[in-house]
Amino acid sequence: MLTTRLAQHGMHEFVWIAGLFDPTESVHAPYMAYNTRIVLLGTLLLGMCSGIVGTFMLLRKKALVGDVASHAALPGIGIAYLAVESVAPGAGKSLPWLLAGASLSAACGVIVTNLIQRTRLIKEDAALGIVLSLFFGAGIVLLTIIQGMKTGSAAGLGDFIFGKAAAMTAMDVTLIATASAVVLVVCFVLFKEFAVLCFDEEYAAALGWPVKRLDLLLTGLVVGVTVIGMQSVGLLLVVALLIIPPTAARFWSNRLGPMVLIAGAIGGASSSIGVLLSATITQLAAGPIIVLVGSFAFGFSLLFGTVRGTFWQLWRQRTASRRKGQLDLLRACYEELERNLSPDEFVRDDSTHEIPDLTVYPIKQEAIIAARAWSPGRVAELLRSAILEGWLRQDSNGQLRLTHSGTRLAARAVRNHRLWELYLIHYAEVAPSRVDREADLIEHVLEPGLIDQLEKLLEKDRRGSVPASPH
Amino acid sequence: MTAIHPSTSPLSIHDMTVAYQGRPVLWDIDYDSPAGKLVAIVGPNGAGKSTLIKAVLELIPRTDGDIRFFGKTYQQQRSRIGYVPQRTSVDWDFPVNALDVVAMGLYRQIGWFRPVSKRYRQQALAALERVGLAEFAGRQISELSGGQQQRVFLARALVQNADLYLMDEPFAGVDAATERAIVELLRELRSAGKTALVVHHDLQTVAEYFDEVLLLNMRLVASGPVEQAFTTENLRRTYGGKLALLDQVGHRMRHPNVILP
Repeated sequence: MLTTRLAQHGMHEFVWIAGLFDPTESVHAPYMAYNTRIVLLGTLLLGMCSGIVGTFMLLRKKALVGDVASHAALPGIGIAYLAVESVAPGAGKSLPWLLAGASLSAACGVIVTNLIQRTRLIKEDAALGIVLSLFFGAGIVLLTIIQGMKTGSAAGLGDFIFGKAAAMTAMDVTLIATASAVVLVVCFVLFKEFAVLCFDEEYAAALGWPVKRLDLLLTGLVVGVTVIGMQSVGLLLVVALLIIPPTAARFWSNRLGPMVLIAGAIGGASSSIGVLLSATITQLAAGPIIVLVGSFAFGFSLLFGTVRGTFWQLWRQRTASRRKGQLDLLRACYEELERNLSPDEFVRDDSTHEIPDLTVYPIKQEAIIAARAWSPGRVAELLRSAILEGWLRQDSNGQLRLTHSGTRLAARAVRNHRLWELYLIHYAEVAPSRVDREADLIEHVLEPGLIDQLEKLLEKDRRGSVPASPH
Repeated sequence: MTAIHPSTSPLSIHDMTVAYQGRPVLWDIDYDSPAGKLVAIVGPNGAGKSTLIKAVLELIPRTDGDIRFFGKTYQQQRSRIGYVPQRTSVDWDFPVNALDVVAMGLYRQIGWFRPVSKRYRQQALAALERVGLAEFAGRQISELSGGQQQRVFLARALVQNADLYLMDEPFAGVDAATERAIVELLRELRSAGKTALVVHHDLQTVAEYFDEVLLLNMRLVASGPVEQAFTTENLRRTYGGKLALLDQVGHRMRHPNVILP
């Protein structure tokens, strides 16, 4: 009843949830216990492969090809079943034939998508969506017809939609292992060829790489992984295995090699953890659990990935902003002393570039507050952190003084700042009154090499190790 | 009408026509590039400058025409030709560092199935040194400035040690330092006897940077040494007389030694 109502609303996918999918089927406790190791091995290999192939597809901006392939495989399964059944009744559920049918029709789907995209008449995503739903719809119709036939049970075909890892047999695992070996070897041997294809297809073609054939091979690998993965994760979710691991891996590395390995590891780990969880917790099918575990890995990477994780990025930003504040404070101290001391006291030696000894002079906190448009609270906080770092200290009278290391740092910051100011004044034709604000923004991104260059450019303007302020 | 093409010319284009979906983009181009010269390809937007380069490299199909590189076909001479695509043609967020990108220029030389060995990495590093980016070798490419990215692309072509370089807008959107570095490099290539065809959009600097010019607007308007071909009249024919800039360029041509600030 429910199924027909849903079907009337066009919600085919839910029809299959309600009608074909029986969660209790996926758990036969004694069978699992006997079979767990086999299932574990199969899904582990499958997860690794899809992570690796998925990396290339993701970087090639074709991640959804896997989705088209998986949906487009369904009518092939139906047709293969009907064909085999008509020749040898009762043998319709022979796996090799079903997979062959699935691969063929998945390949058809991908090719049709490509052809539609090549006409440039409609947008790429629309082409994906149209082909995907067309094939899936046709597949559902076929399976519905098959289910209504009297030629034996066809309910098992529904497993391709939602997957049934627990039902994996030793033969399945052999098949998966063989396919995985092929995928791994191809990706390993053609690593640099795939890399240049994904990064700069046109350049690869100019160099004489057969980009069309390489692309075909890569797409073939995706179709293969998808078709094999459908059994365990199901066609609706297999695309997750192709997309989630590489996306997560990108947060941990800036290089393709490590990214591929990490994606393989995440794919393998989430698959095997998913299988183990579904084996220990009853009533849970492995496919969805695998995807949920993978999503958890993605979430974790998004937050804590060492290269691009949000947490580290925020932390680095915070550190940089605190550092900038501290340097600004030291610069304010230096300039404050420079203003109050006579040129004789404020020794600068042109020949040795000696930094003046500023540790002997006290600095007034009010003067620092007055010198910069900072709130007293901010100044107090910066002072506290500068004292903690050992750049400032409080003397016996409770007044602030620069330490030796603080002086060095302050002198460097002042020098940096003024070089930049001079550069902008002389070379960028910026009005001098506007320089200070802009220099404040940029001085903290200057690199040592650039500073050397500036020094050469500005040799004329230089007086001692710290050039005089141009204001 | 058939022109005689010298067999030694780095690039001979004979009666080339290119059409996109029935719409002609380049008409009957007939051109021989000189050897050991820097050639600017100049023309308005949509004139087919990039198309010209891509068509001779067989990246897009030609409707008609015959192309020879040093007297032979492109397939036979691939290794002698270095291509620098537009910087915006790739995703700079790709997980590779500068050295990896440069090493791609050596992939053909390395051959199928083999990894990039240390020897090739050193060659790539040497190319990065030539464009002044050695210290950025390990940097992820999205962390480079636009000018640095452009120089990485140049290094990738340099590492091939080609004899003819085809560059698509290498000066587009680069900083002054990169512009100087590229000019320096082009001159270096020229003194080593190499040829470079460079799509260039800044008319002001054509006379300063290049020896020869190829004026293009769907057809070949004029070509030859800058002092002969890069005239106000030819520019007017190329740009349809709509450029206010033309007069400035004319001025620039009369006072070629004035270095712009």
